[in-house]
Amino acid sequence: MSILIDANTRVIVQGITGRDGSFHTEQMIQYGTKIVGGVTPGKGGQTIFDVPVFDSVKDAVAATGADVSVMYVPAKFAKAAMLTAAEAPLKMLVVITEGIPTLDVLEAYEALTAKGIRMIGPNCPGLITPGQCKVGIMPGPIHKPGRIGVISRSGTLTYEIVKELTEAGLGQSTCIGIGGDPIIGSKFVDLLPLFEKDPDTDAVVIVGEIGGQDEVVAAEYFQKHMKKRVVGFMAGLTAPPGRRMGHAGAIVGGEDDTAASKIAKLESAGIPVAKVISEVVKLIEK
Amino acid sequence: MKIHEYQAKGLFREYGIPTPDGQAVRTADEAVAAAEAMGLPVVLKAQVHVGGRGKAGGVKVVTKQEDVGPTAEKILGLTIKDLPVRQLLVTPAADIAKEVYLSILIDRGARKAVFIGCADGGVEIEVTAKEAPEKILRLEVPAAHLATAKGLEFHNFTAKLFSHADQAAQAADIMAKMARLFVEKDCSLVEINPLIVDGKGKVVALDAKVLLDDNALFRHPELVALRDMDSEDADELNAKEEGLSFIRLDGSIGCMVNGAGLAMATMDTIKHFGGDPANFLDVGGSSNPKKVVTAFKMILKDPNVKVILINIFGGITRCDDIARGILASLEEFEVPVPIIVRLIGTNEAEGRALLEGTELISAATLEQGATKAARIGGTA
Repeated sequence: MSILIDANTRVIVQGITGRDGSFHTEQMIQYGTKIVGGVTPGKGGQTIFDVPVFDSVKDAVAATGADVSVMYVPAKFAKAAMLTAAEAPLKMLVVITEGIPTLDVLEAYEALTAKGIRMIGPNCPGLITPGQCKVGIMPGPIHKPGRIGVISRSGTLTYEIVKELTEAGLGQSTCIGIGGDPIIGSKFVDLLPLFEKDPDTDAVVIVGEIGGQDEVVAAEYFQKHMKKRVVGFMAGLTAPPGRRMGHAGAIVGGEDDTAASKIAKLESAGIPVAKVISEVVKLIEK
Repeated sequence: MKIHEYQAKGLFREYGIPTPDGQAVRTADEAVAAAEAMGLPVVLKAQVHVGGRGKAGGVKVVTKQEDVGPTAEKILGLTIKDLPVRQLLVTPAADIAKEVYLSILIDRGARKAVFIGCADGGVEIEVTAKEAPEKILRLEVPAAHLATAKGLEFHNFTAKLFSHADQAAQAADIMAKMARLFVEKDCSLVEINPLIVDGKGKVVALDAKVLLDDNALFRHPELVALRDMDSEDADELNAKEEGLSFIRLDGSIGCMVNGAGLAMATMDTIKHFGGDPANFLDVGGSSNPKKVVTAFKMILKDPNVKVILINIFGGITRCDDIARGILASLEEFEVPVPIIVRLIGTNEAEGRALLEGTELISAATLEQGATKAARIGGTA
């Protein structure tokens, strides 16, 4: 088992004929993901990597029975693409695109949520259930099937941590990059309950950073509702206040959203936080 | 992106939100002329991108014409929270019968666009929110509805801020206009603190603060033009244009990393092992060797840099492209400090092979690289 995606997940790709979309479609197919269709308005009827292309998400889902869409559409066109996804009977939309205007994300999030469609991202690497299904852009080979769940606001930092886990023999049930934007479709607290319920996950790693209060909310949830072990890593201890550190959502606005404040709150809730990446494995094994 | 009060008030006028007249000036002479034309008393307000201007002496009421020049001179000589004051807003002093707080912003936690109101205006809203949260009013508005919201919808909200029905109606109309400005200009904050009732019973935005969403600037060239180049670091802006994300810090270890989270973690790890990072630098997702050359130039502009740590976890970024960028840089200019390189992930073998025979110091892990960097760079 795993959460959100597995070997049976049927995936369509929005923006499949674009540069990033086509590159990562091929990578996902090579990993074993069931890519059943693609969407590029105006290119319906074509095929790419033997995958049929449709004009709309609705058409694609109707023809293929897809339950997940992953989006590589450029930021300028992302709002329309996200809103058309909300019109189809999907279970989940994964938005890889970086740099989408926040109000566009908010409007799409509201539309998707109203239809019961889960949103992951934007500005994220996607998610992977190792050995079964990869929906996103992360390098497949660093992952290994296993019993650790990973939820992260970051991309490459997550790869570092996953690689450490894999090298220590700790495989992963599902790894989810939730994204570095101020508004994201799924936060730590939206996903922790799924891992808590998953019989094949033993422990969860949460990788957070400066900005917002999502890690603190997750710590409160953990304290009240979770029995499984959760360990953390927080990036940005050395980040100066008031500066946006690459991610649109990574900015210290006050005293509550610094890395130091989050680490203190996580630890007091019972989530040990690693000081360096190699410590994550030690904390899980403790 | 931050804009100045006078620019925010310009947007208010565009959207029909009542706000006092005013003129932005750069010199004391211009302030004198502006005050003369307006008539005394006037308020001189420092235009800088920080809060707490009043406390720092950056906002002064002037009642006599002969005092305008010296007061303007004094404010223009101030540096508020490290930012030199280069512009003043000259505006007529208002009669204040009542003041409240009103804003619309994106609430990350609730994932909503939210109006915030408080019957105590002119105060620091963050302080009130902590000390007397019951005084804070909230009203969520669906994002798709912001552009078409009508004043009538907000009467219940403003009736809690204004006891006078006519004033509540004026404020509700202002809220509808704020909602439209918020969505049409892609703001992350529109704040009026204080929103006042003047001597004639008119509801007026005495102050204005607008923050713009950087991600949306591509569709607002008119707002990009408002950027105050004096308040920005030229290198950081230049980096953005080249597709890099760069922030200068005051340590001695230059950093070049792919990914924002990993870039922060790299800085933290350097600090953990006793070093001090000289910058935050994310070379971004795609791997163009030219970006590496630009990154080197940015880092080396800082004379404090004693060593450079390059930490790349290849995913979309290919290690061989990064290696090519490093070689191109070494060919193009002299790098006078040691370079520590840690390359892993996509095409790492190709990348390492390219760098063989160079004088670069290699590291197997981030922690090893950071330890070496801290040893060479020392503490700042």
